[in-house]
Amino acid sequence: MKKPDNELKMTVESRSINESFCRAAIGAFVSQLDPTVEELSDIKTAVSEAVTNCIVHAYREKTGFIYITVRLYDNNKAVIKVRDNGSGIEDIKKAREPLYTTLGGERSGLGFTVMESFSDKLRVSSAPGRGTVVTIEKCIGGKH
Amino acid sequence: MGVKIDKECPESIVAVLTGEIDHHSAAFMREYIDKNITISAAKTIVLDFSGVTFMDSSAVGLVMGRYRTAKSCGSSVRLRGLSGRNKLIMKMAGLDKIITIEGENNEKA
Repeated sequence: MKKPDNELKMTVESRSINESFCRAAIGAFVSQLDPTVEELSDIKTAVSEAVTNCIVHAYREKTGFIYITVRLYDNNKAVIKVRDNGSGIEDIKKAREPLYTTLGGERSGLGFTVMESFSDKLRVSSAPGRGTVVTIEKCIGGKH
Repeated sequence: MGVKIDKECPESIVAVLTGEIDHHSAAFMREYIDKNITISAAKTIVLDFSGVTFMDSSAVGLVMGRYRTAKSCGSSVRLRGLSGRNKLIMKMAGLDKIITIEGENNEKA
């Protein structure tokens, strides 16, 4: 496994008020790769969706911790992992379908769709009761 | 993050949204807008996104919810001032098929 040039690890409580901070913090860290305004927006939007999923789904009725790791590689790739120890996803394939949500209310069911659209690669690893890890990969500056 | 209600004309009101729209801020915006939709009895509710600095799919939920509230009052919803990327997010939900997005081909006169 290639060693990253730089790495950020942060842990935040799954409170909605932290959503903005997570976007800002990860955005600031990724700025080292000199992303365009568009690339930065893409990353912040994907991160926002992943963090929101932890708050709304993983730790629905309680508060837990969200573990975020960002690794920056010399080929200008950013790999962002958002992990939780929450409820886990029963059917990942279904969860990734556009507009599918297990919650009603005002959830659009677009979280994973947006993450996929704004990243180069999206991996979701999860099992009921075992938490979830979402890995978002984004190449900055069109290089691979 | 904020919402300001402007009365455009007797027939329509504009909810001017500013700042970031995410899961956290959408909760605050939702109640304020709904209250004004039901009070105003306007035929058209315009959600103006030109002052929005960031949005994720929570904004889609916000729009959908307001669409339902407006529909129950016999009103319609229009979206204004969406950037290219924000328009794209709305279209992922197929909102352009049920709500007028100003500046698009589906815009009704």
